[in-house]
Amino acid sequence: MIHSLFLVNASGDIFLEKHWKSVVSRSVCDYFFEAQERATEPENVPPVIPTPHHYLISVLRHRIYFVAVIQSEVPPLFVIEFLHRVVDTFQDYFGVCTEAAIKDNVVVVYELLEEMLDNGFPLATESNILKELIKPPTILRTMVNTITGSTNVGEQLPTGQLSVVPWRRTGVKYTNNEAYFDVVEEIDAIIDKSGSTITAEIQGVIDACVKLTGMPDLTLSFMNPRLLDDVSFHPCVRFKRWEAERILSFIPPDGNFRLLSYHVSSQNLVAIPVYVKHNITFREGSSQGRFDLTLGPKQTMGKAVESVLVSSQLPRGVLNTNLNPSQGTYTFDPVTKLLTWDVGKINPQKLPSLKGSMSLQAGASKPDENPTINIQFKIQQMAISGLKVNRLDMYGEKYKPFKGIKYMTKAGKFQVRT
Amino acid sequence: PHHVSTNSGIFSVLRNEDLKEMLESSKESLKLEAMKRIVGLIAKGKNASELFPAVVKNVASKNIELKKLVYVYLVRYAEEQQDLALLSISTFQRALKDPNQLIRASALRVLSSIRVPIIVPIMMLAIKEAATDLSPYVRKTSAHAIQKLYSLDPEQKEQLIEVIEKLLKDKSTLVAGSVVMAFEEVCPDRIDLIHKNYRKLCNLLVDVEEWGQVVIISMLTRYARTQFTSPWKEGATFDENNEKAFYDSEEEKKDQVEAKPYVMDPDHRLLLRNTKPLLQSRNTAVVMSVAQLYWHLAPKHEVSVVTKSLVRLLRSHREVQYIVLQNIATMSIQRKGMFEPYMKSFYVRSTDATHIKTLKLEILTNLANEANISTILREFQTYVKSQDKAFAAATIQAIGRCATNISEVTDTCLNGLVLLLSNRDETVVAESVVVIKKLLQMQPTQHCEIIKHMAKLFDNITVSMARASILWLIGEYCERVPKIAPDVLRKMAKSFTAEEDIVKLQTVNLAAKLYLTNSKQTKLLTQYILNLGKYDQNYDIRDRTRFIRQLIVPNEKSGALSKYARRILLAPKPAPVLESAFKDRDRFQLGTLSHSLNIKATGYLELSDWPAVAPDQSVRNVEVIEPVGSLPSLLLTYSVAVVHTCRIDSQNCYFTVSYKSLSPQLVSVNIPTFGPVKSHELLHHMTGKGLSARYHFPRQPCLYQPNMVAVQVTLTNGSDHSLEEIHIGDRSPASLNLHCFNTIERLEPEASVTVSMGIDFSDSTQAANFQLCTKDDQFSVSIQPAVGELLMPSSMTEQDFCKEQGKLLGMNETSATITLAAENSSSQSLSKQVLSVANVGVVSSSENNIHRFAGRTVSSGALVLVTAESRESSTALLTINTDKSIMASMLLRDLKQALAQA
Repeated sequence: MIHSLFLVNASGDIFLEKHWKSVVSRSVCDYFFEAQERATEPENVPPVIPTPHHYLISVLRHRIYFVAVIQSEVPPLFVIEFLHRVVDTFQDYFGVCTEAAIKDNVVVVYELLEEMLDNGFPLATESNILKELIKPPTILRTMVNTITGSTNVGEQLPTGQLSVVPWRRTGVKYTNNEAYFDVVEEIDAIIDKSGSTITAEIQGVIDACVKLTGMPDLTLSFMNPRLLDDVSFHPCVRFKRWEAERILSFIPPDGNFRLLSYHVSSQNLVAIPVYVKHNITFREGSSQGRFDLTLGPKQTMGKAVESVLVSSQLPRGVLNTNLNPSQGTYTFDPVTKLLTWDVGKINPQKLPSLKGSMSLQAGASKPDENPTINIQFKIQQMAISGLKVNRLDMYGEKYKPFKGIKYMTKAGKFQVRT
Repeated sequence: PHHVSTNSGIFSVLRNEDLKEMLESSKESLKLEAMKRIVGLIAKGKNASELFPAVVKNVASKNIELKKLVYVYLVRYAEEQQDLALLSISTFQRALKDPNQLIRASALRVLSSIRVPIIVPIMMLAIKEAATDLSPYVRKTSAHAIQKLYSLDPEQKEQLIEVIEKLLKDKSTLVAGSVVMAFEEVCPDRIDLIHKNYRKLCNLLVDVEEWGQVVIISMLTRYARTQFTSPWKEGATFDENNEKAFYDSEEEKKDQVEAKPYVMDPDHRLLLRNTKPLLQSRNTAVVMSVAQLYWHLAPKHEVSVVTKSLVRLLRSHREVQYIVLQNIATMSIQRKGMFEPYMKSFYVRSTDATHIKTLKLEILTNLANEANISTILREFQTYVKSQDKAFAAATIQAIGRCATNISEVTDTCLNGLVLLLSNRDETVVAESVVVIKKLLQMQPTQHCEIIKHMAKLFDNITVSMARASILWLIGEYCERVPKIAPDVLRKMAKSFTAEEDIVKLQTVNLAAKLYLTNSKQTKLLTQYILNLGKYDQNYDIRDRTRFIRQLIVPNEKSGALSKYARRILLAPKPAPVLESAFKDRDRFQLGTLSHSLNIKATGYLELSDWPAVAPDQSVRNVEVIEPVGSLPSLLLTYSVAVVHTCRIDSQNCYFTVSYKSLSPQLVSVNIPTFGPVKSHELLHHMTGKGLSARYHFPRQPCLYQPNMVAVQVTLTNGSDHSLEEIHIGDRSPASLNLHCFNTIERLEPEASVTVSMGIDFSDSTQAANFQLCTKDDQFSVSIQPAVGELLMPSSMTEQDFCKEQGKLLGMNETSATITLAAENSSSQSLSKQVLSVANVGVVSSSENNIHRFAGRTVSSGALVLVTAESRESSTALLTINTDKSIMASMLLRDLKQALAQA
């Protein structure tokens, strides 16, 4: 299926290649570079590119293109999903997935890629299994390795691969047994000029960090499972049990994993926790424009709106800005025309605002479109949909684990049109 | 650059020498360091092949990391250094025999990756052996190796198919995905190999690893299209918008009234049912493959179950969105209704990549109908103003399509587009002109104002496509704008040489049309333009000019054609149809690479049409004859019994024996049916570190002591190493009288063994707790018997029964009236239920409505008499006579439960 993989950085250099079948010359990437040149933005490179003898399927993450070479028909999503899994694994192992991190850990990268595919077909993609095979590098281990000459490669053989719970490694032992669950919801919304909501949806995930000894069997139930309209599970979740009782029953992988992603049913009205008052105007014939933005909280159930970040792509005609933030810092990049304002926390008594003027290219006509404003924010201790975990129980092991559940609401793709 | 490359060349040569030295040193750490550097070179795409002899020596190293890195190197360069690569083969051959399954698997993996033709026979042998390995993991590896060998030497196909056939029968979920992948690569046309495995694959699917699921689902989609008849109603067309076909089908239906109604093959249903839960997978490829399966196989009204999941995928990465949107675009052409409720999910965000934006636009356009068009157009207004001009242009195209498809909004759209003509951006204006041209062509009569407006704008428009469009419009409708047209031609004559080719062509056209309609004003202009065109650099233009001149300017040579010039040039032309770019994408299976590219990719397998008549369904039948574990032992114990009938089906095992008592009086008691034999879990393999145990009550007299209940325990080793010294350890209560099985010295991986033990429960249902021990571990387990298992059947005549019953009245009698479930109202099923609950014997009865059962408790031998008297309206009176009153009430409860439910 997947013949070869090339990693290409933002400046168009191949800095790593790996072949699972016969070697494919790296000149095949020329077709990719052509497409890269044609694209106005890095994101605009088409994910699937045909060449005379091969097909190139690529993903872009962390400013690195992961280009897979395919020789014959295969579901493109199969390849895309796999490539993303590779990136996730690198991130898991090295903390970041950058060109430098990959180059520094090239041996581990190679060992990982070798285990993840056999003859181009995915073999071990579960992080628990991979970690049994190849230990993630840590500063301590690197030091010890250089001194003692011991290795990253696990001496143990990956028994997990053979079990019926392939996602969990065997022989897990902890002195402190803990299970933490984060319910994180994101609001995707488009707000129109007048402040009314064009579309708004809530997507949520439950990310878990489970460090429990042995083979714990967990169940997690919700107060209001009906809120969940569409769900997708980690393979560990027993589907039948969910269908019948709306209870999540599972033997968890060890460590961090995403237990569940869900979509909140669209019948429920979505509470929009912030509002924006804006007045962005360009006058015909004038080389000045006005910029006036005020943020305020609404429907936050008394919780503070934090880590607010406003960004906006200003029209090409804007040369520079002269703005005055009532709080936080703002930057404007005259080359990319990207305005960012790091607001911080919204104080309902003193609403944050950003006011001032924009200087426009002299003589140029006024821009047609007003910029769109993208907003990021976080609200701690609240799931905006109202989803609540009822209880978490553990079976199969005798000790008493420490359990914790945290809620958070974030902005997803939250846009305000002006 | 030249001297730089020489430098680095020398440098690398030096380094290679160093590396060789390191590899040949006796220090493990130096060798490892060298291999790490070499892998670094390989990763960068540098040639490290000359180190081959030094590297290959380390193939048998004890250090696992070193060995693995050598494997990486070997697989990369073996093809170039075939002779040297052969040196390593014996190491792998040895490892193929290793007792550890993971070492065997890894040896096969590397061996089969060495692309050296000379070892094909060795590989073939290794694959065949591995395919029958006890370890499913090794068998999985052999399935992978099949594809490798096939690509190395396609001549081996026939032999490989045999191996595939064998592996397809495998019941392990680990193997299923890999062998189907091999099937798809090697012999995708051998559908006949699938028949017998079809149901198994459907049932295993949920437990197969996610990548295997994708492959299996796509194979089963193709399979189903060859084996089942269409679930889409006869005559109903694919296209719900196609009214004509709809009426046609009405007529057809009349003819088909007598045709049999469609009944879905249960196997077809099985596939649909078993794939549906996978829509909840976190793997987007799995979700997409289920979606395409439903699209291609499910009845029309069921396809919409996939909508929600597909829309969910739009939250994923940009590349995932791209593929999913492409597929939704194809689907939404035929089935608007599926995605209309989710219209807002396709609204464009300014941060989307351009190709995502265009796809969303495509889908929104497909979804547009009379009801939602105003919302969509309002949304489009925002898009037209986008800073991304390519996207704004695409929006204008979309508006044009909405205008042609929905006649109610044609005028609104047209007016909107005319307003855009005064937009500052050239691309927007140009695109508007092109779209307006197409719209006007549909209804030219009312729109000469627009044409005049466009003629005025003409000077400011520089995009050639737009200029050409305006020229064409003016030419086509020159009689409606008689004053403007010649003036435009005059301007064009001036700028002709500087124009783009398509503009020149249209200028020639305009000139010709004006010459025919208004030759007085334009004759000279036309001749001037034709002269310019005659000497143009582009041969298309020279060609066109020559053709037009012959056609319109009559001379002696032009012959008959010029008489028809007017009819040729000014013929009414059909309006262009504005269609979706995804209109004919459905000729490809959804979710495929070919669908994504809209060209047939190498190795694409066509989805066949439904067969008119379903092929033989029985090919998928599989006879399951599997020995039921407890049967032989039961027969042994009752060696005096004569087996009358023996019926075995997949879940239960019943048999009827006529039973000769060993007591002097020969009582012919018909003792029917034991079972079903229920087995219970004693130890889960996860708690047991691979050791699992199940137990059941064989209902036979215990061989060890008469007051013990016989229990059979099946021990299975699910781990990868053998377990030693399995025995029973401490018990609680300590006084528990228990007959242990003999210590099992060794239990191999995957092996299982059944042992018998005896437990004296002292006629109580209190659990017997004890420890199940292996050499290294101890696991606490417990057996809790149901009260019915504490009895032994007792044979007696009806008279004896009544006599004994008479002695056990008053406090010793417990009774209750119960309602029977409909299924249990017949006397036969009533007996069956009683016998399944309690290990008692049937006493033949002279009355039809009274059933009598007799038994003794195992420990103390106390009589337990059960009478069931069926009454009217499916009720029954249950009476239990025994002096063990606690047992009586428990037994009554169990019987009540069993009889009340089906």
